[in-house]
Amino acid sequence: MAVDLSPIDEGLLEQIANIHGMPKGAFNIRKDGQLVQRSSSANIEISTKTDHPGIDIHIAPGTRGETVFIPVIVTQAGLKDVVYNTFYIGEDCDVTIVAGCGIHNESHQASEHDGIHTFYCGKNSRVRYVEKHYGEGSGTGERILNPVTNVIMEENAHCEMEMVQLRGVSSTVRDTNAELGAGAKLILTEKLLTHDKQTATSNMKVELKGDDSSVQVISRSVAQDDSVQIFNPLVIGEAACRGHVQCDAIIMGHAKVTAIPGIEAASEDAQLVHEAAIGKIAGDQIVKLMTLGLSEEEAEQEILEDFLN
Amino acid sequence: MLELRNLTFEVPVSEGAQETKRIIDDLSLTIPDDRFTVITGPNGGGKSTLAKLIMGIEQPTSGQILFNGEDITSRSIAERANLGIGYGFQQPARFKGMKVKKLLDIAAGKKLPMLACNEYLAKVGLCSASYLTREVDKSLSGGEVKRIEIATILARDPQLAIYDEPEAGIDLWSFDRLTETFRDIHEARDGRSIVIISHQERIIQLADEIILLRDGKIAATGTPEELLPTLGFVAKGVPGCQLTEPTELHLTEIATTC
Ligand SMILES: Nc1ncnc2c1ncn2[C@@H]1O[C@H](COP(=O)(O)OP(=O)(O)OP(=O)(O)O)[C@@H](O)[C@H]1O
Ligand SMILES: [Mg+2]
Repeated sequence: MAVDLSPIDEGLLEQIANIHGMPKGAFNIRKDGQLVQRSSSANIEISTKTDHPGIDIHIAPGTRGETVFIPVIVTQAGLKDVVYNTFYIGEDCDVTIVAGCGIHNESHQASEHDGIHTFYCGKNSRVRYVEKHYGEGSGTGERILNPVTNVIMEENAHCEMEMVQLRGVSSTVRDTNAELGAGAKLILTEKLLTHDKQTATSNMKVELKGDDSSVQVISRSVAQDDSVQIFNPLVIGEAACRGHVQCDAIIMGHAKVTAIPGIEAASEDAQLVHEAAIGKIAGDQIVKLMTLGLSEEEAEQEILEDFLN
Repeated sequence: MLELRNLTFEVPVSEGAQETKRIIDDLSLTIPDDRFTVITGPNGGGKSTLAKLIMGIEQPTSGQILFNGEDITSRSIAERANLGIGYGFQQPARFKGMKVKKLLDIAAGKKLPMLACNEYLAKVGLCSASYLTREVDKSLSGGEVKRIEIATILARDPQLAIYDEPEAGIDLWSFDRLTETFRDIHEARDGRSIVIISHQERIIQLADEIILLRDGKIAATGTPEELLPTLGFVAKGVPGCQLTEPTELHLTEIATTC
């Protein structure tokens, strides 16, 4: 089952998962729709799904301080890779999950990866999820990433998700759905950078079902050149819960950004707030950095980097 | 040494208008090394505009700016910064996602050790290392952001530092610490000049020279002993509010019967 990794593959893996060579502990590396290498640990078991392409990841209750890596890379043009990854996270866990997809496309044909990730977060467990998307290659072929993320959180589960699109992704439609039980807390951070003629759509639906549940949706994006972004985050409060949605976009060149943050309350004890702001880089920020010796371009670069840190 | 020669700055009276008004009016001034200068004067007198002209943020309509003998009138902001001019803004910018530490590093032009950062913050009365990891965004209070702004200039340590109303929005305790800091820089007498735009008597008293700026012109200069007694008088001598009639307002169209 061993597929050798080329320097391009290793570069992609470094970009999306910050790994060099094979990681320690549990991991599953997928390339062009095939398994490169897999390793389970004592507490984390990774197995191939029988009904769909993809994997099941079972994390034993009480697992603490472990990290599992499941990066995907696509280097073959004309490939449409659809994969289902389901995480079963036991009670009282404290784990980190690193996912991500890198596409290298030198051809005129499209490459596409659609990852459908589902997380069942057990009672009192803490999960940190980091997902990075990145595209490269000089071909005209599109690099398409359409991720679906489903999160089901039981009582008092705590989940921090950071989903980042670095650059080079021609088109993306992102669907994120979450259901929160009593006392569950979700922090959903999405950071997107689009450039050239790229398009990005992000739909989110977070249902706060249990009392005392809370969600914080933080969306930060930079739209450059002729790119187009659409944000549709929706938070629904069905209990005594708290929800906060914040969309912040920096727009440059001829880009277009639409932000439609929505909140829907079905309980008089739901407290929901949304904010959205779109604007170019503030002139006073650039000027301040220039007075500290940076050129205009350097100042702009610095501001964007910090904004998307 | 900074030299301003017949500096004039005009702006259109309104957007797109041909007619202009003078914000800085044929102003000449020399600030030698080691000098502690305070610029004071009424609101709208042109103090911040003068500072922005020196820093290169605004371009003069006419006149020259020389720094250490070199004509820098057409130099960019960054070039002036790198020649040794610094400006602490009256209204500091806020940055989403930028940490205080990062901003200080950029100001210093190098990665600063934590200890040095803490010292700069202490000098402006921010006595908690926890500020370093805070973001310079809306979560900081007005006084905090103002003091961080001042700290960036301390970290930059320019040959000529211009602070625009550093006292604004700062509590008494931090203000004490700040005046000490300015005095220390001045007493070092190592070729640095400090220009502070201020309305505060405590700061004015520290000055070697006070410049009273009004209507874009230097109305008076002198030492604190010479000028302080007259400043109150000068301020009181300013005629009260003289309402001018806005040109675009037609009084006849406003109902006067109620
Ligand atoms: N770019 C500009 N366009 C139009 N008017 C300007 C511009 N810059 C400054 N002004 C005007 O010039 C005058 C001087 O402004 P400036 O900010 O320099 O005053 P100041 O002395 O710093 O006042 P304060 O004590 O309130 O800070 C003001 O009337 C201001 O509205
Ligand atoms: Mg001012």
